Amino acid sequence: MTWALVFEQLLNGLQYGVMLFLMAAGLTLVLGIMNMVNLAHGSLYMVGAYLAVAFTGWTGNYVAGVALALLGTLLVGMAIEVVTLRALYNRDHLDQVLATFGLILFFNELISMIWGRGAQYAALPAWLQGHIELFTGSRYPIYRVAILIVGLLTAVLLWYVVTRTRLGMLVRAGASNRTMVAALGVNIKLLYTVVFGLGAALAGLAGLMAGPIYAVQPGMGELILIQVFVVIVIGGIGSVRGALVGAIVVGVVDTMGRAFLKPLLASVISPPAAEAAGPALASMLIYLLMAVVLAVRPAGLFSARG
Amino acid sequence: MIKSILASVAAASVAFSLPAAAQQQKIKIGFITTLSGPPAIIGKHMKDSVDLALDHLGHKMAGSAVEVIYGDDQFKPEVGVQLAEEMLKKNQVDFMAGIIWSNVMMAVVPVVTGAGHIMVGANAGASPLAGSQCNELYFSASWNNDQSPEALGKYLNDKGIGELYVMAPNYQAGKDMVAGLKRYYKGKIVDEVYTKFQQTDYQAEISQLRAKNPKAVFVFYPGGMGIQFVKQYVQAGLRDQIPLYSVFTVDETTLPALREAAIGQYEARFWSPDLDVPASKKYVADFEKKYGYIPSYYGAQSYDAIMLIDSAVRATKGNLKDTQALVKEMRKANYNSIRGKFQFNNNQHPIQDFYLLQAVKAGNKDGVAMKIVQKAFEKHQDAYHQDCKMKW
Amino acid sequence: MITRRILLWIMFVLVLVALPPLATALGQTYYIDLVRRVLILSIAAISLNLILGYGGLVSFGHAAYLGIGAYSVGIMAFYGAASGWLQWPLAVAASALVALAIGAVSIRTSGIYFIMITLAFTQMLYYLGISLAEFGGDDGMRLKARSQFSGLVDLGDPVAFYYLALLLMLLSVFLVYRIVNSRFGMALRAAKSNDPRTRAIGFSPYPYRLAAFVIAGAMCGLAGALYANHTNYITPGLMSWQQSGDLMFMVILGGMASTAGPVIGTFALLLVEEVLKGWTEYWQVVLGPLLVLSVIFFKRGLAGMFYKPDA
Repeated sequence: MTWALVFEQLLNGLQYGVMLFLMAAGLTLVLGIMNMVNLAHGSLYMVGAYLAVAFTGWTGNYVAGVALALLGTLLVGMAIEVVTLRALYNRDHLDQVLATFGLILFFNELISMIWGRGAQYAALPAWLQGHIELFTGSRYPIYRVAILIVGLLTAVLLWYVVTRTRLGMLVRAGASNRTMVAALGVNIKLLYTVVFGLGAALAGLAGLMAGPIYAVQPGMGELILIQVFVVIVIGGIGSVRGALVGAIVVGVVDTMGRAFLKPLLASVISPPAAEAAGPALASMLIYLLMAVVLAVRPAGLFSARG
Repeated sequence: MIKSILASVAAASVAFSLPAAAQQQKIKIGFITTLSGPPAIIGKHMKDSVDLALDHLGHKMAGSAVEVIYGDDQFKPEVGVQLAEEMLKKNQVDFMAGIIWSNVMMAVVPVVTGAGHIMVGANAGASPLAGSQCNELYFSASWNNDQSPEALGKYLNDKGIGELYVMAPNYQAGKDMVAGLKRYYKGKIVDEVYTKFQQTDYQAEISQLRAKNPKAVFVFYPGGMGIQFVKQYVQAGLRDQIPLYSVFTVDETTLPALREAAIGQYEARFWSPDLDVPASKKYVADFEKKYGYIPSYYGAQSYDAIMLIDSAVRATKGNLKDTQALVKEMRKANYNSIRGKFQFNNNQHPIQDFYLLQAVKAGNKDGVAMKIVQKAFEKHQDAYHQDCKMKW
Repeated sequence: MITRRILLWIMFVLVLVALPPLATALGQTYYIDLVRRVLILSIAAISLNLILGYGGLVSFGHAAYLGIGAYSVGIMAFYGAASGWLQWPLAVAASALVALAIGAVSIRTSGIYFIMITLAFTQMLYYLGISLAEFGGDDGMRLKARSQFSGLVDLGDPVAFYYLALLLMLLSVFLVYRIVNSRFGMALRAAKSNDPRTRAIGFSPYPYRLAAFVIAGAMCGLAGALYANHTNYITPGLMSWQQSGDLMFMVILGGMASTAGPVIGTFALLLVEEVLKGWTEYWQVVLGPLLVLSVIFFKRGLAGMFYKPDA
């Protein structure tokens, strides 16, 4: 266990956290501002990945494919909002859970019907393939660096929009006190559609970025959905800043746990016991982390609610 | 209102199934596989292969019409059990076949054998069924789970690969695969890493692996996990640095998603589409012609399962009442299997050859195909047959 | 006083009682097994409704008790203790104990945090179950022998088992009905509908919620014991969050805070699934929108069609 390795794992954790942030940002906004539990967020992630594969294949150009996929996911998101979610705003969270679960089933099956049940081939353009040499001597995939850059850029962009624009001001006000914002004459319906579309686009971005490194298959969204919920609970619902911090913390803790927990344990208890306990403990680590955070700060690290 | 809907639905379901009660002399086979969710691609391979087998048989066995009833176990043992009971009681099937997953198999087999019918496994090779819980009514047309990693372990050992870095998901099958590997591989295990089941990102584990700098890597990552791991392994630049050996990780169900990322990967298997056996060549050629994609071993096993059943039915001239005769004929395995000469061990699991395969560049639409490199294990018997008390 | 509600219940029970002889006469004994599975899961849904519907505690980890109950039976049978008189009370007690432990910690939180904590606990139990190689890990284990009740009821007889499940389901319905209409139940429901006011008049919701949580866990443990005998096979998948989600959907679909809700929800979901599966391989593309529509149009769940729910 050298310092070079520790650094590399920290980098891995940061990048994984940034991926989680892209998913978490949209979800926390929707939950915080619209008070809407949207389990179908993972479906939008899946739609983003599939549209990227489809459009890249159709246009033959990666950048064009990605841009069209983002636009497509935005449109799909807004369509969902108008057609189904509008009827659910004033309903109990549990009703929203059941309805958005229905959406998950629908989208998974629809994707299967259109593209088949097998995983899709998601290519990377030549300029994103390959690796760079870190100062530690190991190779780091260029694409992962790209993800890191895009994720951080998105975080900066979101920060700018949320803190420096009128829309962002409405978003923050809505997260803090929705009724008041409506009472002040703001077109809440339009705000909701825009926010949901934004959330959908973020999920789609996460999906199309994940496509080349993960498996593009029906149900891919549900595999990381739980971790995303853990992130927003830790970060505080409604707070983009919380989503970023929460995501990076979860990403780093999870990565370091998977990498170093077993060797660390093996130095304390017997190696065979560490063999068994290490992986099990590593899986539970983020839940333990969540429990600890909630014990100290019951509303998460940066709660938006007043 | 709902009550009346439910009532009419119940009545309709009963009505639907009444014709089944008035049956002719038809041979019915119940085939359980997974047709929904991410693993459904495997179910598709199996179902398409069974349909092709029926085509080849002219939808007849020993002169009687054959019908296959498919069921989707949704990856859940209790649904598998429910399906088995439905097929036995409602559809009155004569044989049962299929099943991808070991836990579903373990749950379903007692239901089928308890009802006095023969079950032919078309994938899952749960070890108790090859050993202490073997049953004269249970035949395997595939393998025992441990055989593939055992074959790979033997190859690696014979080849003199001195050290191995081992990775698998942290669940029963993962542990079984590694245990099978270690039964024949006696070299040094650099590290044994178990990752979370259905984990998507392996960058952390890949960094750890690279830091240890092993001579070779063994992994078991079925389904989406395999696609993810292999893609990330290649992107980390390890493909040309450290050879990667695996079982059940890269196959025709995942090659379309991996394409060039799979090139160079080694796998151990009992079958490959390029196997030089006449029955296999016919199966592969007709399959590609009918469905437009390359079949996998899941399909080959399912095809073989149907042909095995056919051999027994032909030999008993369609007399399905005499189960003992069916068992006797099925043990003979007197048919042209896709693996060449077919022979059952005392536990009614195949004794078969295993090969080392490699994914190589090819001219097909995926740009890659699995090709046999050499034999890894000749006439491999599974490790559990001695625990089985059957002798015949 | 025979109200419309009681009449509907009587009709429903009569249909269920008549099912086995009818199915046997038609040669369709498969339906006895199908409905028996629905009855057993109804018990789990009824128990969840107590804390979710009436108590407002959205426990995403309720399936854990199905698993605990099932494994209690399985592990005891594994070691040769096949007596149902011993197994089933143990299953109930084990579930109650675990519910007490999890509840004591979780009920201090509320809202989405409660959901996540209960989910976290269940995930931990699930991963624990997977790693227990002794009992098959995630491959699961076969039930060595069905629970024996010294000749009183033979669980090997599908019809007898069916009637036992039916009886226990009705008892569960009755039990929950009595609980929610008692003083205890009133306090619980008051705490759900207006927590601050409940505290203001001197009731601390915590002990009521904890007690309800334990009772619900225990009842679900019984369902788990039944389920183990039904499928003869026990897997950790019973404890997964997907299974918890399924239970929640049955309760929500049927109508929360209503006596018949969980029963209607379970029957509706499982039977509709059964029918759809017979029609098309892509049955989820139909089920999904059906769920969405049912949520949008049945504001109080399916039970709301028959009568106004209690809460």
